Amino acid sequence: MKPIIEFKNFSFQYFEQSEPTLKNINLTINEGEKVLIAGPSGSGKSTIGNCINGLIPFAYKGEIKGSLIVRGLETKEASLFELSKKVGTVLQDSDGQFIGLNVGEDIAFALENNAIEQKEMKERVEKIAKVVDMYDFLNQNPHELSGGQKQRVSLAGVMVEDADILLFDEPLANLDPKTGKVAIELIDEIAKTGKTVIIIEHRIEDVLHRSVDRLVLVDEGEIIMDDTSDAVLASGILPNYGVREPLYITCARYAGAKLDKDDKLSNIDTFDASKYKDLLHDWYKSNYVRKAKKEEKELLKIENISFSYDGIKPILKNINATIHEGEMVSIVGKNGAGKTTLASVLCGFIKPDEGSITMKGDDLSKYSISERAEYIGIVMQNPNQMISKNMISEEVGLGLKIRNVPEEEIEKKVNEVLKICGLYPFRKWPISALSFGQKKRVTIASILVLNPTILILDEPTAGQDYKHYSEIMEFLKSLNEAGQTIILITHDMHLMLEYTQRAIVITGGEKIADEASYAVLCDLDLTNKANLKETSLFDLANKIGIEDPLSFVECFINYDREVRENEN
Amino acid sequence: MKIKTFSYSQLDTFIHKLSGLSKLVCFLLLTTSIMLTYDIRYIIGILIFSYIMFIIAKIQFKQIKMMLYYVGAFLLFNFIITYLFEPEYGVKIYGTKHILFTLIGRYTVTQEQLFYQITKFLKYLSVIPLGIIFILTTNPSEFASSLNGIGVPYKICTSLSLTLRYFPDVVNDYNTISLAQQARGIEMSKKAKLIDRIKRIGSILVPLLMTTMDRIEVISNGMDLRGFGKHNKRTWYSRKPLNIRDYLSMLICLLLLLISLYIRFKINHSIYYNPFI
Amino acid sequence: MNSKFSTKSIVATGLGAALFWVLFTYVKVPSPVPETNLQVAYGISAFFAAVFGPVAGFLVAFVGHALSDFISYGSPWWSWVVASGISALVAGFCFSKVAPRVEEGICGTSELVSFALWTVIGTALAWLLVAPVLDIVMYSEPVSTVFAQGLMAFVMDAIVSVVLGGILLKAYAATKTGKGTLSKEN
Repeated sequence: MKPIIEFKNFSFQYFEQSEPTLKNINLTINEGEKVLIAGPSGSGKSTIGNCINGLIPFAYKGEIKGSLIVRGLETKEASLFELSKKVGTVLQDSDGQFIGLNVGEDIAFALENNAIEQKEMKERVEKIAKVVDMYDFLNQNPHELSGGQKQRVSLAGVMVEDADILLFDEPLANLDPKTGKVAIELIDEIAKTGKTVIIIEHRIEDVLHRSVDRLVLVDEGEIIMDDTSDAVLASGILPNYGVREPLYITCARYAGAKLDKDDKLSNIDTFDASKYKDLLHDWYKSNYVRKAKKEEKELLKIENISFSYDGIKPILKNINATIHEGEMVSIVGKNGAGKTTLASVLCGFIKPDEGSITMKGDDLSKYSISERAEYIGIVMQNPNQMISKNMISEEVGLGLKIRNVPEEEIEKKVNEVLKICGLYPFRKWPISALSFGQKKRVTIASILVLNPTILILDEPTAGQDYKHYSEIMEFLKSLNEAGQTIILITHDMHLMLEYTQRAIVITGGEKIADEASYAVLCDLDLTNKANLKETSLFDLANKIGIEDPLSFVECFINYDREVRENEN
Repeated sequence: MKIKTFSYSQLDTFIHKLSGLSKLVCFLLLTTSIMLTYDIRYIIGILIFSYIMFIIAKIQFKQIKMMLYYVGAFLLFNFIITYLFEPEYGVKIYGTKHILFTLIGRYTVTQEQLFYQITKFLKYLSVIPLGIIFILTTNPSEFASSLNGIGVPYKICTSLSLTLRYFPDVVNDYNTISLAQQARGIEMSKKAKLIDRIKRIGSILVPLLMTTMDRIEVISNGMDLRGFGKHNKRTWYSRKPLNIRDYLSMLICLLLLLISLYIRFKINHSIYYNPFI
Repeated sequence: MNSKFSTKSIVATGLGAALFWVLFTYVKVPSPVPETNLQVAYGISAFFAAVFGPVAGFLVAFVGHALSDFISYGSPWWSWVVASGISALVAGFCFSKVAPRVEEGICGTSELVSFALWTVIGTALAWLLVAPVLDIVMYSEPVSTVFAQGLMAFVMDAIVSVVLGGILLKAYAATKTGKGTLSKEN
């Protein structure tokens, strides 16, 4: 095997940082290998990627020590252009990478920059578009494409240069589970054509849907482990570094299994579960208790809601749902299914063509957008879309200030909310000094301060690793336990499974299910329609011959909740 | 708020088939010719010419309805302002004074003023269809390569292409942010003091700008990684090669410009056409 | 990079123009003068001029204004489009003083004063000289109307660009950090 990427005693320190982000890395990747680099946010895994493709040191300034050779080039002496011919990078944000006004133009972008003649350009674009199955869409513009399709275009756009190394930076971040599965399959097919493929991701279970040659675990700028995925999974160290293991493995561990690297752990289909069958059955028997249903009090009633932008194409069709007091419920469905539109209707941003929304019998349609915010508040996905002030207390108090609440009362309320959100010690800090998770809390606080009966969060954990995900979700859970009713809009399966009892599934503007979250994720037909994926726990249950897989999944969820509660 | 953008539609007409480059050149030649004249005969000629182009390009009324409202309002405003500030401008230009009637004081209505203002109204009106034809029949993908074709540096052309590409995204960002802030109580009411109003719009613009800055970073990384700016020139995937149709169209438009110049310098000996002497 | 105009400035120019275009077309904040609106977009062009330089500023305002005119009226009113560009171009003369400081997270009085000064000069030049003169030369508009409109535009746009541009500069500077200032929280 011939090395194609070689880090030797390599360190890197960003200009703004007071400490190096990568510390004395030694890592060799061979030609034709498929490698998964995993680690929590801030571990340095993306920095490794940026060193390989040359954005470091060309776009991000800093200090390099040691050596990194990519395809025979010492990167710090090479130019970004030389490197870009050898390494093709598919960025996480496929909208940001889609530069062209239509598919063909975007795929051609690198060729245009190389001043390739138009005739040759068209031929190459068509050829590559067929590889990623986008040939029929060459004239489409980006706004007509789904997230998965845009990612395929990004992939084509880097493959068209015929680079030997393909680098995927968090390819699953913006995709729903089913689309993500297809993306992993496509990446695998490309890897089989002899390309060297590097995937940077923390969603291990989803990447391992197709096998990888090696898994490199990174944390605090150092390489913790570099071995086959089976060996890394068997070692059980992933959770210690804030990376989530596949659920079926966690489950096997709960049952007391001593996993071994020869168990073919990397994929539920190959996993040799028969060895642990008895352990798992015993665990299930001794832990399963059917939980009594809590008594529910109706809070919000959504009746016959229909909506369309143009009067022709319906976005929401006759939606009915009830939200109960003190509930935490998720609204799921693929992108464009209508879940965000439903949230906009709930907040009064858009008026439904038909139907009504009532809170404890009070029709909400009579309130203005800002009055409505005192009943239903929404927190946007990206905190940068909400923050407009430099200081935390100013930002949180903004809504009250505009409502002409007296100064002393603002201060009192803001302090109260900041305490609830764990931000009180930071109240005099500039917002720019906060982490993403803390910023998220600031935006939640700025809505909570208006005391809404229901809080809606749009994709609260998008783009977060396991640690930050848990932080945000545990915080929301504590709010919920204190009595706050919460609606979560998401396509994160873990989130709905672990934190919400009930899921409302929307597809094509229609509600197709409204039941327990674990039941949704065990229903092949439903998951398919909503672009979700069945949970691997369900497969595990079937594999070891559990009669009622649904209860098995439920058992896991309850057990897991308890384990996490004891940890906190 | 519905996104209003170029409603380009792919049709198979003579005008659609022209390259974006030649359409841009024609647009510039004809608007220049209009700009350089105040001769109502030439202006009406161009109006008729562009009306024929409308029919050839199969442009529907509903595609341009909104534009016509805006233009109508603008021209009306201009018409009134001109009269209020300069009720005797026509008299000054044409050197004669035929009073039709008097409104109040110095506000007389003269044949000259009426003729001047009607000419001006038609002059501005006649430019509109030219722009509309260009926009509705040219694939936005071709804008950048067309500009590059007339000598604008390709980096600037690419920047224009990015503007067209990300306009709808920015509109979405704006809507999302503005609604979220409205829910917190920020409104653009007339009640607030001017400075407060500007500050309030600031609380929409700050998040909008920050979101845009994040986007700029990602896009420029993506472009660097795909070798943007590598050479002093680049080719264009969407450029349509020029053929006989294109040269013919540009020639016709050049002739029209020359006619306008000929009328101005050889016939009228002035930018104005004077029927009063 | 092999050219003075880096990829980032090109992208910033493109997206800045999109931002200008959106605000110029859709966002109307009522002004004290009846039937007129404040053009919030000039705050954006002044900001981009200060952070990315005069050329970027010019293009943001010029392209943004021209495209806005195109979709609203079908054809740009070139004299005003050029004037918009000039106002941002001149505002960009504070670039060498303001941009390096802002990128290091500093936006104090001296940066804001320099920004305000050039922005006001640019706005004055654009609306008191360029726009009226071009209106007269290109469109043969009567002298008194164009100067009256220009004066009104100058007063309102100067206020908007300085106040909004200042708010934006301060907010942007707050997100920037100097060398070696970030350390990992525990």
